[in-house]
Order: sequence, then structure tokens, then C-alpha cells
Amino acid sequence: MQPVALFVTCLIDQWHPEIGEAAVRVLQRAGCAVSFPQGQTCCGQATFNDGFWDDARVLGRWFLEVFEDAPAVVTPSGSCAAMVREWYPRLFRDFPALAARACGLAHRTYELSEYLVRVLGVTELGARFPAAVAYHPSCHGLRSLGLREEPLRLLAAVRDLRLVALPRAEECCGFGGFFAVKFSALSGAMLSAKLDAIESSGADVVTATDASCLVHLAGGLARRGSRVRAVHLAEILDAG
Amino acid sequence: MSGQRPSSIDIIGNIERALQDSALQRSLGVALPAFRMQRDAAVAEVPEWEDLRVAAARIKDFALAHLDGLLTRLEAQVTARGGLVHWAADAEAARQIITGLARTRGARRIVKSKSMTTEEIHLNAALQAAGATVVETDLGEYILQLAGEAPSHLIAPAVHKSTAAVAELFSARLGAPRYQRPEDLARVAREALRSDFLAADMGVSGVNFAVAETGTLVIVENEGNARFTTTLPRVHVAVMGIEKVIPRLADLGVFLRLLARSGTGQRASVYVSLLTGPRRAGETDGPEELHLVILDNGRVRLLADPDLREALRCIRCGACQNVCPVFERVGGHAYGAVYGGPIGAVVTPVLEGLGRAGGLPFASTLCGACAEVCPVKIDIPRMLLVLRGRAVRGGYVGRPDRLFARGWTFLMRSPARLRALGRLGRWLQRLVVRRGRIERLPYPWSGWTLHRTAPPLAARPFRDRWASLRQDRGAESRGASRSSRGSLR
Repeated sequence: MQPVALFVTCLIDQWHPEIGEAAVRVLQRAGCAVSFPQGQTCCGQATFNDGFWDDARVLGRWFLEVFEDAPAVVTPSGSCAAMVREWYPRLFRDFPALAARACGLAHRTYELSEYLVRVLGVTELGARFPAAVAYHPSCHGLRSLGLREEPLRLLAAVRDLRLVALPRAEECCGFGGFFAVKFSALSGAMLSAKLDAIESSGADVVTATDASCLVHLAGGLARRGSRVRAVHLAEILDAG
Repeated sequence: MSGQRPSSIDIIGNIERALQDSALQRSLGVALPAFRMQRDAAVAEVPEWEDLRVAAARIKDFALAHLDGLLTRLEAQVTARGGLVHWAADAEAARQIITGLARTRGARRIVKSKSMTTEEIHLNAALQAAGATVVETDLGEYILQLAGEAPSHLIAPAVHKSTAAVAELFSARLGAPRYQRPEDLARVAREALRSDFLAADMGVSGVNFAVAETGTLVIVENEGNARFTTTLPRVHVAVMGIEKVIPRLADLGVFLRLLARSGTGQRASVYVSLLTGPRRAGETDGPEELHLVILDNGRVRLLADPDLREALRCIRCGACQNVCPVFERVGGHAYGAVYGGPIGAVVTPVLEGLGRAGGLPFASTLCGACAEVCPVKIDIPRMLLVLRGRAVRGGYVGRPDRLFARGWTFLMRSPARLRALGRLGRWLQRLVVRRGRIERLPYPWSGWTLHRTAPPLAARPFRDRWASLRQDRGAESRGASRSSRGSLR
């Protein structure tokens, strides 16, 4: 049994706990002993991306404490994984003791699909999901973590799932954290283009590795009255 | 930069206005996807593309690390071949040098080829104030000069204008018929420009690369107007930023391949001019005088900044603008500065100050498409984050943001507070949740619900469900059997 600590993310914890539950079951099925450090809160990405580095450091420091002893940290979010992996070492650059711990943690933090495919070498999880699915590659997973193949290989192994091509798939959905609130109309224009692409793809379901992008897409789809549903990758891998 | 505090760029207002401009939306929506497709196809032909990018980044980093020596060598080589080198600390100094040259050489009629650096120093107005006529000879720049507008894109300056708008402009300003095809409009401009070239007594150009080893100035273009500008008039003035120097002629091939394919998706640019000194004895063409103006204008500040120095690698190909989903919707003018788009959002705050341009780095989702295509591997999203951090530290960010960050951090540094916040939120949201979703939120979250619904907080957060989940039932139970929804609301 591979011991892993789940970082569920603040968004999934409070808004979409079912995604966290699906992630746990998927990891267990892949042979992991999953733990949930109860002290976890937020990785600080929201404040960090908004320029509040001192505040992000406070939350980052807390994160380091909570996951100090975790052999591996797995999170169903590419952008939170990227925050820990790419940014914690920089954030603590001027604090040598913390920087060393941040680098250590960065090396053992993974996004869910990345951990399953790259570390465990698992793609077949016995899931069945009878639907036409479009995959939206979330920007941070795609470009910060380099996740191209991993989610697609997992989806390809799901029974009765038909993957449909998403036009301009690698274009951002317009979420961008506070960007969606501050630059609402611009974010809305980007969202609209993404939703057009999703609806034209013939998909019943759009999926991604990040709940944040999916909340954005789901909110746009609901506003349009679209029949397309937004479902997190973990839930598809857990279905059957 | 003058002492008084410059007014800040209204990036939010500019974006709102650009989104309302349907002509702009149409022009960008046609041109930029075409650029992207051409670029992707051209890059796909080169198996060693990544190696080229790495090589280019290294050459640029080497040049930036040895800038003093390379620029000194460049000066020596240009001088040895009969050119004259002028050093300009800022835009004002550069303007004085060039207007001074026009005056002392008796140049009244000046032609220019495309140059962002001369846009940066606002050269045309200075030359005109000194009594000279200035004609932009790049087609895009020619259009903009007639329209009295600034370029909106690094390599396609008039990309924001439609063919119909250009036809209208040429009709109004030149009395030309309203042609429908771009080729016909180009012919109108070409015919008008021919006499300007022949009459000009000074040509002003930019520089794409300056080779320290040989003193060669390299100019890349597609129309041939830069070759006319630099060879027909008796005086040629080339203007370059200090970062344009490369060490050796052998380095040039790397950049020419990257530049053409990244910018326009061409395998090679139509004209690549290598200019080494003015006309020599016995030669039949070329200018009598060659002047090279080497400009700092804030670049040394960038060079001295370890977190942002990388921006000086930029070869101004425009690829980051072509892939940027923000740029595609708002265009270059929305950035309120000479350099727009992703690279503009990095260099403008440094060149013009955070007080004026501190809002620009926030107008991005940090999607990273720009860094992915950058031929010299500039990590633009990283620098946008660095600048956001500086904008906050420097006090250029509003109070609501500050309060939110403080509050969020206070609440999230303790799981007990997170739990309490969740409870409060679940209690409060009864006011706004209708049929399982939220259609409208009050300020400051109203921006979200303008274009999308918001999800309500779950009845029980994950942390409260963990205890029942941990009994390792993963192998037997599955999500869809426990809940038929499996989708976000």
C-alpha cells in the first residue's frame, strides 16, 4: 500500500466534497493508503496570485507544518499542486530553513492524474462512464505540471466513455481566480468562447483536473441553460 | 521619466471599452487565430525547435551578462566600418540626437521603416516639431500614421483595423477608390510611398539584431521598405535598445529561424538586410552616413533586476500577443502603452513605473500560453506574479483586495476558523441560493455572477465526511452508485 496524504483543497472541501470522496476511492482502488491531515486549509494560491506574497507565506508555512510528515501529497487540483511545486520554493527563497522544507515538499506533491499515471503507473481503474466526454486541459496542469497524456490515458481506459475532440482545447477558460471577478466581462468573453467549443463538440460532459475551472465552466453552462454537465476527472474515474 | 506622478493606465476601463468595440473584435478574431495556425504549422516542421529556443535563450542571457563588453565591441566595429555610434540614456536624449542629426544634415524629408523603439521614444512628433516631414513606410505603420493612431501589435501594427476601415481611410486621405482587396490597398500605399523614398534625405530604421563581432545591423521585414529606407537616403539612422546586441554573426541563424516562424509562421522572412557600415569607396549604393543610436531608456533598470531581467531576451516577434486569450479580446491599445500584450504587461510597469502601469500584470489569467510559444523562453507568467507582488508591496493595490487577503489568511491559518467560516457561509447563503444554485451575489462578488452562476457551499464539507469515508470501502463502493448526480452545479 502506497501511503499518500490527500490535500483536498479549500474549494473541494467546502463546495464539492463529492470530488474529494471520489479522489479518495480512486486512490484506494489504485492501492494507496489515503490519509487526510485534519489541519489542512488552503495552499494560499488565491492570495499569492493576487500579489499578497506575505499572506501566501503565512498559509504556505501552515501547509508545510500540516504535510511535513506526508510521504506523498496528492491533490485533485493541478493549480494547487503547481502552487506547492513551483511557487513554495520561491516564496520561501529568503527563509533558508523553510525553503529547504518547501523544496522537499515540492518534490513529493502531485496532482491526482499525475500521481496515478506517472508514479503508480496505473491507468485502468475499472470505471464505467457511458457518456460523450470533452476534456478541458486546465492551464496550470497543462503548462506548469506538463500534464498532457496522463488525464487522457485515464479517460481512455474508462468503459463506455467516448472522448470527443474539443476545439481550441488548450485555450484558457477565463477563470484565473480573482481575474473572473475583477475583469468579469473579459473573463465572461473567454468563458463564452470555451462554452461554444464545448457545446459544438457534441459532448454530454466536460471534464478537467481542476475543480476551479469546472466551477467556472459549470456556472457558465448553467447560466446558458446548457444540457452539458461539468464533472471532475476523479468522479469519472470513480464512476461505474 | 519626469518627476511628477503620471496618471495610471485605466486597464479595467480600457478592457471594457475594447470588448464593446465590435469592429476590433472582428479584426482580432480573424487575424490572431490565423497567426497562431501559421505559427504552429511552421514550428511543427522543425524537429529541433526546443533546442533552438534553448540556444537562443542562452545566447541572449550570455549577451545580457556581457552587455558592457559586447556594446563596446559593437561600437568599435561600427565605427571601424565608417559608422557613428550615439549613446542615449533616455527617450529625450535619443530624440535630441536624432533631431540634431536631421538639423545638421539638412534633412527635411525623412522616411521610416517599422521600429517599436522609435515608437517608444515618440520620435515622429519630435522630428515634425523640428520642421521635418516624416513618412512611415511599413504598410501597417503607414495606415496608422494616416489614421493618427499608435501600433497595437508588435509585428502587425494595424491588426486592429479591418480592410474596409483601411479602404475608407485611403479614400478619405489619399482620394483612392474604395478597394476591397488588401493587395489593391497595398498598391495604393506603394505608389504613394515611391516618391517619398526617392525624395527622402534621411532614413530612420530600427534594428532586430546587432552583431558585436562584425558591427552588422540586421533588419528583418517582409515588404522591402526597410531596405529602401536604409539604402536610398543619404543618411541612415538606426535606433536600437541595448538588448539587441548578439555576440557573433554565427548566432544570427538561430534567431532568424525563430523570429520568422514564431511571428508570422514564415519559414524565412522575405527580406533580411545585413548592414555593415555606410557606403564605401567604389560602392554604388548605400547611405553616405550611418548613425547607430543605442538606447537605454529603463533597460539598465531591467537588467539590474534579477527577477525580471529575462524580459530583455525579447526579440519582439509578437507570438505572445498572438496566443494570448486576453490580447485577442482587447487588442494592444487597451494596455495603454507602446508595448502591449503579455510582454508589454511585464516591461511597461518597469519602464513607466508601477504607479502608472501597476494594474497591467493583473489583467491575465496566468494561463501560460505566452511562455509556451516564446522563442526565447521568457517566463512571462512568473514575471507577472513578481510584478503583482511588487504592486501590493508598493501600495498600488486597492483596499478591498488588501482586506480580503488579510481576512482570508486570518481565517485559513486555522482549521477551526475555516470550519466556522463554512458554517457561517452555509447559514448566510440561504438568502441567495435558489434551486441549488446562486444567480446573483452582492459586491464584491457580483462580478462573478454577471456571467456565471455560483455554486452553494456543500451541506457537509469534506472534512466532516472523512470519518465515514476512511473505513477503506474504496474497492467496493463507487461514486455513481452512491450519487446519481456526479456533476458540479
